[in-house]
Amino acid sequence: MTVEPALDLQKPVGDEVKQTTCYMCACRCGINVHLKNGAIRYIEGNPNHPVNRGVLCAKGSAGIMQHYSPARLNKPLLRVGERGRNEFKEIEWDEALALAAQWLSETRAKNPDRLAFFTGRDQSQALTGWWAQQYGTINYAAHGGFCSVNMAAGGLYTLGGSFWEFGEPDWEHSKYLMLWGVAEDHDSNPIKLGLGKLKARGAKIVAVNPVRSGYGAIADEWIGIRPGTDGLFAFALIHELLKADRIDLDYLVRYTNAHWLVIRNPGGADDGLFARDAEGRGLCWNRHPHPNPLPPAGEGAEPTTAPAGVDGAEPFTSPTGGRGRAEGAGEGGLAPASATGVSPAVVGEYALPDGRKVVPVFHLVAERYFDPQYAPDAVAERCGIPAETIRRIARELADVAFEQVIELPIAWTDTHGRRHESMRGRPVAMHAMRGISAHSNGFHTCRALHLLQLLLGAVDTPGSFRYQPPFPRPIPPFNRPGKTRGADGKLDSPPLGFIHGPEDLLVDAQGQPRRLDHAYSWKYPLAVHGMLHTVIRNAWAGDPQPVDVLFLFMANMSWNSAMNTTETIRWLTDKDEQGAYRIPKIIYSDAYSSEMVAYADLVLPDTTYLERFDAISLLDRPISDADGASDAIRHPVLHAADQSEGRDVRGFQSVLLDLGARLKLPALVNEDGTAKFRDYADYIVRHERAPGVGLLAGWRGEHGEHEGKGAPNPQQLQRYIEHGGFWHIAIPESARYYKMANRDYLEWSAKLGFIAKPDAVVLQLYSETLQKFRLAAQGHGPVQPPDGERERVATYFDPLPIWYEPFEGTQVAVDAFPLSAISQRPPFMYHAWGSQNAWLRQITARNYLYLHPDTAKRHGVADFDWVHVDSHHGRITVQAKTAGNVQPDTVWTWNAIGKRKGAWKLARNAPESQQGFLLNHLISDITPRGDYANADPVTGQAAWFDLRVRISKAEAAEVCAPQFESLTASDPSNAPLRYGAKFRAAP
Amino acid sequence: MTMLPPPSAKKLGLVIDLDTCVGCHACAVACKEWNAGGIAGPLTDENPYGAEPAGVWFNRVHSYTLDALDEQPEMTLHFPRSCLHCETPACVSVCPTGASYKRVEDGIVLVDEDKCIGCKLCSWACPYGAREYSEVEGVMKKCTLCVDRIYNEHIPEESRQPACVQACPTRARHFGDLGDENSAVSKLVAERSGVALMPELGYAPVNRYLPPRARRAAPPPAATVAEDKLDTQQLPSLLRWLDRSLSR
Amino acid sequence: MHPAFSVIFFTTMSGAGYGLWFWLGIGGMLGSPLPRLPALVVLALGFIFTSLGLLSSTLHLGQPLRAWRAFSQWRTSWLSREGVASMVCLLPALGFAVVIWRGQDARLFGVMLWAFSLATVACTAMIYVSLKPIPAWRHALVLPGYLLFALLGGGLAYAAARAWAGMAIDNDVGVVAMAGCFGLWRMKRRYWQDIDHGALPATRASALGLPANRTVRVFEHPHTEANYLTKEMGFVLARKHSRKLRLIAVVMFAGVPGLCASLVWLLPHLNAAPWLVIAAVSALLGAFVERWLFFAEAKHVVTLYY
Ligand SMILES: Nc1nc2c(c(=O)[nH]1)N[C@H]1C(S)=C(S)[C@@H](COP(=O)(O)OP(=O)(O)OC[C@H]3O[C@@H](n4cnc5c(=O)[nH]c(N)nc54)[C@H](O)[C@@H]3O)O[C@H]1N2
Ligand SMILES: Nc1nc2c(c(=O)[nH]1)N[C@H]1C(S)=C(S)[C@@H](COP(=O)(O)OP(=O)(O)OC[C@H]3O[C@@H](n4cnc5c(=O)[nH]c(N)nc54)[C@H](O)[C@@H]3O)O[C@H]1N2
Ligand code: SF4
Ligand code: SF4
Ligand code: SF4
Ligand code: SF4
Ligand code: SF4
Ligand SMILES: [Mo]
Repeated sequence: MTVEPALDLQKPVGDEVKQTTCYMCACRCGINVHLKNGAIRYIEGNPNHPVNRGVLCAKGSAGIMQHYSPARLNKPLLRVGERGRNEFKEIEWDEALALAAQWLSETRAKNPDRLAFFTGRDQSQALTGWWAQQYGTINYAAHGGFCSVNMAAGGLYTLGGSFWEFGEPDWEHSKYLMLWGVAEDHDSNPIKLGLGKLKARGAKIVAVNPVRSGYGAIADEWIGIRPGTDGLFAFALIHELLKADRIDLDYLVRYTNAHWLVIRNPGGADDGLFARDAEGRGLCWNRHPHPNPLPPAGEGAEPTTAPAGVDGAEPFTSPTGGRGRAEGAGEGGLAPASATGVSPAVVGEYALPDGRKVVPVFHLVAERYFDPQYAPDAVAERCGIPAETIRRIARELADVAFEQVIELPIAWTDTHGRRHESMRGRPVAMHAMRGISAHSNGFHTCRALHLLQLLLGAVDTPGSFRYQPPFPRPIPPFNRPGKTRGADGKLDSPPLGFIHGPEDLLVDAQGQPRRLDHAYSWKYPLAVHGMLHTVIRNAWAGDPQPVDVLFLFMANMSWNSAMNTTETIRWLTDKDEQGAYRIPKIIYSDAYSSEMVAYADLVLPDTTYLERFDAISLLDRPISDADGASDAIRHPVLHAADQSEGRDVRGFQSVLLDLGARLKLPALVNEDGTAKFRDYADYIVRHERAPGVGLLAGWRGEHGEHEGKGAPNPQQLQRYIEHGGFWHIAIPESARYYKMANRDYLEWSAKLGFIAKPDAVVLQLYSETLQKFRLAAQGHGPVQPPDGERERVATYFDPLPIWYEPFEGTQVAVDAFPLSAISQRPPFMYHAWGSQNAWLRQITARNYLYLHPDTAKRHGVADFDWVHVDSHHGRITVQAKTAGNVQPDTVWTWNAIGKRKGAWKLARNAPESQQGFLLNHLISDITPRGDYANADPVTGQAAWFDLRVRISKAEAAEVCAPQFESLTASDPSNAPLRYGAKFRAAP
Repeated sequence: MTMLPPPSAKKLGLVIDLDTCVGCHACAVACKEWNAGGIAGPLTDENPYGAEPAGVWFNRVHSYTLDALDEQPEMTLHFPRSCLHCETPACVSVCPTGASYKRVEDGIVLVDEDKCIGCKLCSWACPYGAREYSEVEGVMKKCTLCVDRIYNEHIPEESRQPACVQACPTRARHFGDLGDENSAVSKLVAERSGVALMPELGYAPVNRYLPPRARRAAPPPAATVAEDKLDTQQLPSLLRWLDRSLSR
Repeated sequence: MHPAFSVIFFTTMSGAGYGLWFWLGIGGMLGSPLPRLPALVVLALGFIFTSLGLLSSTLHLGQPLRAWRAFSQWRTSWLSREGVASMVCLLPALGFAVVIWRGQDARLFGVMLWAFSLATVACTAMIYVSLKPIPAWRHALVLPGYLLFALLGGGLAYAAARAWAGMAIDNDVGVVAMAGCFGLWRMKRRYWQDIDHGALPATRASALGLPANRTVRVFEHPHTEANYLTKEMGFVLARKHSRKLRLIAVVMFAGVPGLCASLVWLLPHLNAAPWLVIAAVSALLGAFVERWLFFAEAKHVVTLYY
């Protein structure tokens, strides 16, 4: 026998480790990057990082191939050929910046709104939004409008927080999790870690999704719902819970506006508004005497109970002279809804002193969802869920919420100063994402889910959905969108903000949109993330005004993030009668040769994520978890110039600051006109949004002694680097639940600068904000919609959640387009980026249209057959495959696998462009009727998943259709990739 | 050396929980990443940016659907597949050169690439498809159980695990000594009735798979729910909440 | 299994070569060796066949220069044993050449030559027979099949050489050859019938560790494009092609040689040489097609995963 070979098992992994933040997706996990001889040896999850706790997804591990991608841009590019031909010459940065500054300053001089500045990924929004404000354009937004604004707005206007990555299920305690339309989410690794925990504990997971893949595969139960009908399903659950009286009324009156009185005055200007006292406080009806009041405030708590027994209550009297009386109800009187020591009525009709009739919110809720139209039997057919299943799920929810209550022995104090000995929880958690939000009824569906959670008393209690700091925030958040410019050209506030009422809209005197994307107009009043999906059409059409410069960052807007790709490509290249491009100038920053690069006049090459500073800021999209707040940085672990011969790229944020200084934007220059910030790293450290508040919350104060707020610390980035690239602060134990009304939490939150005042957040079953729009549409108030918009606004601004058929479903003949078509995120690809990655593309280099076998049989389609897929808007011809794990009336595919030929430095015969396809070619950017964007009428959220199609068998083919002209005339080297060979060889 | 060593007491291997695996491919890519630069690297990729890209992977994640059966509904199953470090692996005994071997110390099955002639016979002999040949390198490659991580004292102790285990976002992968019945992995296998794949072939795999647990599509025992509250057949009036004494 | 040309060429050529040597050895053992020149020519022919085969098999290797290492593991590996046997077999071949050259008694080397030749072919067959994941190769008729192919192909060639050398060809040779053809045909027919009905030794459920009664369907492959496994073990041959090729193979390895052999049997005064050459060449080509099918039709257990 020979001996075993000697193995060197003690080889150091690399010669250094740098800790930074992953950027292969928006989840932002902590990574340890091991370097050897200046090259990346290994990227692993940072075990101490609060986001991923050491795990790493497929994309994160493939970061090596992303960083070394041949598709990297290396030098600023100036267009030489016709736009779209992808013909450029390389220029120096000086020239590029001078040119960009010239275009931008000419535009600013004319009218700052003639700059449309839109960013795709919004992780620099804290900077880009601020920059746009300094520049003075209202035409700024990030990609949220086509991503998940329904989820964000639905949550922020209801809970003051939201699903998305702003909240999470209580992974430690939940016993029942419903996942609604979630494939990957932005919280990828935390969700996977959490699901692993639930699985280990044996909690039940229910996946509500037309497709049973990914998380649905491990769910204990799969509910294969028909797309767009989740609202109905939620209402049926609510209906059942109401009927069974499985409602947490105590929770409702303590934390929500369930007991707030709504004025019933049909036709009146106050109809549907809350009854308020002279100080503007909402009122409730206090049944008294109180049969069993809550214990008084705990020891040391401030006495909050007014002598009358009711906090601050005026002894109102009803118009009949005595105490108010409701039909069938006992004695009672009005009290501020926020009062303690009251026993609020939740049903009944009451009268205000002036005679106006009022009913509590809950009364309206119960009235609406008791309606037989929401009975399981009534919705079963449409949802594709058996009525018996709906009833059972309702029973299960009720069982877990009310019979399996968990109690954590943690004392806490509410905002009234009352001490509670323990934290009681209803261990039912929910999480939802774009399966809900990417529909034209998504805003209301999202609110429906929150309503369901609230009725169960399952928001921020042990075992339920939990807020992640800085949430909850006031509802709606205070900041409103900027509207007017000062003398220095600066906008009064950042262009994106929250609408509190019609007066906040950005409309002109005729009520027409002011913004290029029509956000904050009567068409899409709560478009709080803007509407990137309408920008190119409107810029082409000059609607409402022409723009001079379209400045895009990180958005592949000629391809996978466009609806109606074919027309989008035309709009980008269309010329007017004089032969000038209708969109005069396009500046674009990308890091790779994406499809969009070809449509730019000037390309500003960004670094890869390992070559730059970034701030993952609490002012932007935070990475906190429910038990603590976090932020993080990226810092250059590799130097761009060393990466390849001639590589000369700059971090976009630094470039933006440089441009701002060249333009002499107000906050970007010193008094003497010199640049205020050296680069982005300098900005991260020194910029203060408000006194003591900057991009990063950790190690503030001159010596790093403060957290949250404090003077800038010149050593701040150094401290982050020393601490693994992130900062984390734990929420005190007594402050971890009931955050909307937990004194310790709210004080902690205010102390760190997340909220202005530690006021309780009242959760909004009923949205008065929405009602204000409806009233305006009904002819009340100073700001009213144009006549053409009245009916739409009145319909969709229902203060309680409603369900309606998604628009595409009502505007095309259902028999002509009997199937729904949706896409899903593959867990191992980030949108378009993954396909340039030599490792990731091997997993999925082409996609198929997945059909249920019965559907396939009906159409005579077998595996690998080619099919035509037609929508009202277009046709694609692609390969089909059957799989039983899909709702039979739905077809689906992986998102963004299809590539344009010649893009991303892939060979022209790469499967990504030959067989890979997008559904986007089928998705119209406007409704079938052509009257509005293909979007939610409340928020403007792009309705990607409203798509309806029919399929038919096609002739066998080699290449899918449509095909577009190749973006290049050459192919990359076919040499094998032997990554790592030199590490093995090295000692 | 293709004579199998006497069974070692220590049997290092993986335990993969099919009940928790979401099919995310993180393990596959982490494996690729670690091993590309490790003792079995490179894991060469051919046509990396062209048609028919194909590389060496030690771990591949399959996806299946299972038809309904009795009480069990249809299911989707994700299934990562890598070397099982068999106790009696023919991949070793068929090897003409001694390049394939099973470590005496811990049972890890490895290829000594310096001896391998690239005859591919071992890949034919492995029923589990765990061996991957690289045309470019001309040698056989396979899962190393990250032998260059698990004993590596340059790596912090808690990270001395295979890359796939370290990365797995749902923590569906476990690593340990399956020869020690008191080890965490052995206990997990016992508790969850872990199985070996195709034991009938006689390779005696060390790795274990934890089968998906029964799905609970059926109603929970209704006993926990008070029956009267469940009578949802009659539409009650809102009035029943009129006298509800709630306190704020 | 992927039908690699080099391997197919190797097994057919070396089979024929050792077959030749086998009969040469038998002749030597029986004391009626070929005359000097023809004997040396046949010996050389066998050498060329086996060496071409071996050479081509090393072409199949990723690291041909290390082929020598393959002799080391004869205690466990049939491939190693085959290598060793093929080398060992060169000794009696050499000895045979020497004694023939010197005109000495070839009986001892004759015995050794046929025995080692047969052993080498058996080792080749055993490489395949030993692979549990490929049930078609575990079949009881694989070893006899390999041997019979070698004997028939080599025998026909040997007989042709004898005829060429002007030695009398008994018409019994025709009978034996016909019997061989008939036997081989029946053997292959039986084999094909069996593998057509034979199942893999495991089920997909068992491959996934699931209860036997669970029906499993493939939803997605790990990678959308082909990989080593799917190319090497996942080769699928359309049924209709396999029918056609089987027919061609039978006609070539049994039909044509059988016909030729019947001529030799029925027409004693016929010059048997050309007919025997035709028979030998046809048998060789038939063996080639058969060997291609042997690979192309063999299903590997790993395909359960795909
Ligand atoms: N059919 C269909 N279409 C969809 C969706 C869907 O579900 N179905 N989803 C929609 C949603 S939610 C989204 S968010 C969009 C996403 O769509 P996009 O945001 O357009 O897609 P990405 O592929 O992320 O492309 C962004 C660009 O960023 C570039 N990039 C990557 N890294 C860097 C970097 O470090 N710096 C710079 N400057 N650029 C970089 C990439 O090269 C790419 O060109 O797609 C939308 N489109
Ligand atoms: N790996 C990876 N992770 C990502 C991304 C990525 O590209 N790759 N992109 C990031 C981005 S920008 C975003 S916006 C998020 C999106 O995260 P997700 O929302 O999780 O992603 P989608 O793939 O859009 O998932 C939508 C899910 O909803 C289902 N669905 C569709 N219609 C309906 C419906 O009507 N009802 C229900 N109940 N379900 C429905 C789909 O089948 C799908 O499973 O992911 C982020 N994370
Ligand atoms: S989820 Fe994956 S890609 Fe996204 S940040 Fe985390 S490791 Fe990176
Ligand atoms: S799984 Fe295959 S390669 Fe691994 S030890 Fe077993 S037989 Fe050998
Ligand atoms: S390919 Fe290498 S390891 Fe495999 S059997 Fe041949 S020599 Fe041994
Ligand atoms: S143990 Fe190591 S080599 Fe084996 S599959 Fe896991 S990561 Fe790959
Ligand atoms: S990383 Fe974990 S969850 Fe993902 S495919 Fe691998 S085993 Fe499954
Ligand atoms: Mo998104």
